[in-house]
Amino acid sequence: MKRADHITLAHGGGGQASGELMKNVFLPAFKNPLLETLSDGALIDPPKRGKLAFSTDTFVIDPIFFPGGDIGSLSVHGTVNDLAVSGAIPKYLSAGFVIEEGFSIAELKKIVASMAEAAKNCGVSIVTGDTKVVPKGHADKLFINTTGIGFVPEGIDISAKNIIDGDIVILSGTIGDHGTAVLTRRKGLEFDTEIVSDSTPLNSLVEAMLKAEPNIRMMRDPTRGGLSASLCEIASISGKGIVIEEALIPVSVAVRSVCEILGLDPIHVANEGKLVAFVPSDSAENVLKAMKKVACGKEASIIGRVGGCPAGRVEMKTSFIGNRIIEPVIGDQLPRIC
Amino acid sequence: MCLAVPMELVEIGEFSGVAEIGGVKREVNLMLVPDAKIGDFVIVHAGSAISLLSREEAKKTLDLLNQIENINDAEKM
Amino acid sequence: MKYMSEFRDPSLARKLQNVIGAETKKRIRIMEFCGGHTISLLKYGIPDLLPDLIEMVSGPGCPVCVTSKGEIDAAIKLASMDGVILASFGDMIRVPGSEMSLRDAKARGMDIRVVYSPDDAVKMAADNRDKKVVFFSVGFETTAPVSAASIKMAKIKGINNYFVLSAHKTTPGVLSALLAEEVRIDAFVCPGHVTTITGTSIYKPLTDAGRPCVVSGFEPLDIMSSILAIVRQANRGAAETEIQYSRVATAKGNLNAQKMMKEVFTPVDALWRGIGAIPGSGLKPYREYARFNACNEFGLEIEVNDSETKGCICGKILRGLNKPTDCKLFGTACNPEEPVGACMVSDEGTCSVYYRFHGKVSEIEAR
Repeated sequence: MKRADHITLAHGGGGQASGELMKNVFLPAFKNPLLETLSDGALIDPPKRGKLAFSTDTFVIDPIFFPGGDIGSLSVHGTVNDLAVSGAIPKYLSAGFVIEEGFSIAELKKIVASMAEAAKNCGVSIVTGDTKVVPKGHADKLFINTTGIGFVPEGIDISAKNIIDGDIVILSGTIGDHGTAVLTRRKGLEFDTEIVSDSTPLNSLVEAMLKAEPNIRMMRDPTRGGLSASLCEIASISGKGIVIEEALIPVSVAVRSVCEILGLDPIHVANEGKLVAFVPSDSAENVLKAMKKVACGKEASIIGRVGGCPAGRVEMKTSFIGNRIIEPVIGDQLPRIC
Repeated sequence: MCLAVPMELVEIGEFSGVAEIGGVKREVNLMLVPDAKIGDFVIVHAGSAISLLSREEAKKTLDLLNQIENINDAEKM
Repeated sequence: MKYMSEFRDPSLARKLQNVIGAETKKRIRIMEFCGGHTISLLKYGIPDLLPDLIEMVSGPGCPVCVTSKGEIDAAIKLASMDGVILASFGDMIRVPGSEMSLRDAKARGMDIRVVYSPDDAVKMAADNRDKKVVFFSVGFETTAPVSAASIKMAKIKGINNYFVLSAHKTTPGVLSALLAEEVRIDAFVCPGHVTTITGTSIYKPLTDAGRPCVVSGFEPLDIMSSILAIVRQANRGAAETEIQYSRVATAKGNLNAQKMMKEVFTPVDALWRGIGAIPGSGLKPYREYARFNACNEFGLEIEVNDSETKGCICGKILRGLNKPTDCKLFGTACNPEEPVGACMVSDEGTCSVYYRFHGKVSEIEAR
């Protein structure tokens, strides 16, 4: 049978074409015993102790290929990271695809290969999935949903409710890389820059951190909405005030430059390979040291502390004079000329 | 109005050139600054250089800022 | 960042703060005309560094805010046509017209794309010859020559599927409205980049009316030293135009840019949202550039629509007669996520900046 070059509606139909897609694209890439049973649901042995963590995320990024990754690797890292910052060891992922009719199979193979590699690097298996195809124009090329299961070891309790005054806020590295990497490649906004998305798995970083301090209070990976969104959510849920210092937040020169040109604030720009952690004050230095030994944590920095401002609020001591109240950005930050 | 950033001109073509800041490069329209030369700093607004930046004047402005004294104090002295 | 960071030095700012405090002898109301200055002022918390005798008032220099509903509706009408790509600055995307914003229109399937530069829109036209690319061109004299240069570039390169819907406005027309008696502005911090293009002659009516005018850069030290220069002028009873932003702006302005504007654009009457009609304060492409005018190409007329929601006092806020906090709708019915009036619609609109920054820094300093 002649192999099609592009996705057709039949590929999502559950019949022969679907089977071909599974056989020729997904199975070879994701190879693992659970997936190969081709059953409707993967059967998993739960951990004997501790808890299960369960997380989902859907990826609709444009462009689908960008410096530092693609929608495939992003979809694996994204859910792995949500599990990791919940204190879980990520184990299994599902992958759901909604593909626009006419999408190139060669590109699909590239993306799937990228997912496979990302999964291998994270130590997770993609054990179940689904593919649907929609008519041309009903989806923007490809959407991916990944849902993940992780095992939280006994004794690990990551929650904003644990945060107390005096806790130290640590950021694992530079902010704004992913958002600017993607924005500067969009047609109409192109800039010549070496900025690369920071999309990366954080599970080994978290592992090192929890080894140094099992009682880490809370962690979050600031994705859409940037660092500001995560800090504001945490302040709200914990009912604590958080004060950070602008001068301590690592931002690369290139990201800073793009933000100046486009009128963006790095604290509102998306990241895909960073985390912010709330750590007991007496173990902060140890946690920081442990983070710097891991590749994705080498620029980790203490950026602030809990307390020192009204409950539920986030303030930033600016590099200029005085403090600014930080609130989540309203809508998407758009490049401006005014 | 408004948002404009000083960038260094690193390449010049017929009507446009390339300007750079912090390693980030961008094609800029040079039709409004025909006298611009490589190495000049230009003010870039919406992808176009709208003016040269004078390094001498920048230095003068900074020197003035550094020397600002209370006029009353100066009079007393 | 060269030529930016030096002008953000906090220790020099503290020095300026002390000197301004020591030298300000009487009450003075200073208007910063430009939206970019409003953002800088409030982002860096400058009003909190000034003595109470100085009152900063925001002016109508926000081109996004004063773009009329009719102009936005025209942009949406064009975007709705088959084969049209509408390119726009990011600033305009969320501004509501009479029924919806460009963002809403995009959600309904219209091809609306954000660009950083009009040249990007010209490139879009070159890359999409089977479509017509319309650039929704907004801005004062800083942006108008940039747009003019792109139109000229399109003509030189023979890119005939590029069009411009001009909502440009020019500054002089609105300046006289700011001299009206009830406005009571004593001095002006003048827009550094507009002046870079126009030169300082446009401020003559203001200085003739006894108001000191200082052309300021956009960094916090620029603005603070401009305020100091105003205080010093006021103390000696002067009313002159001074250029603080001398590293960029000159008295004559950018003659090439002025020539470019005159070559491509001609003045037309324009409606300023929240303020009203100001004759000759708009611009449209003419002569050999008339064919780039989207209104000509598509047979479209911009509707005059100056209705505003009941309770909205943007017109007064834009002229410095009221503060955002005087408005009943401020922060409740009218907020950055659901803006009602001109002043809230843009990130640099007075009400939007107030909402995001104002009062908060002073709350902190007061503790």
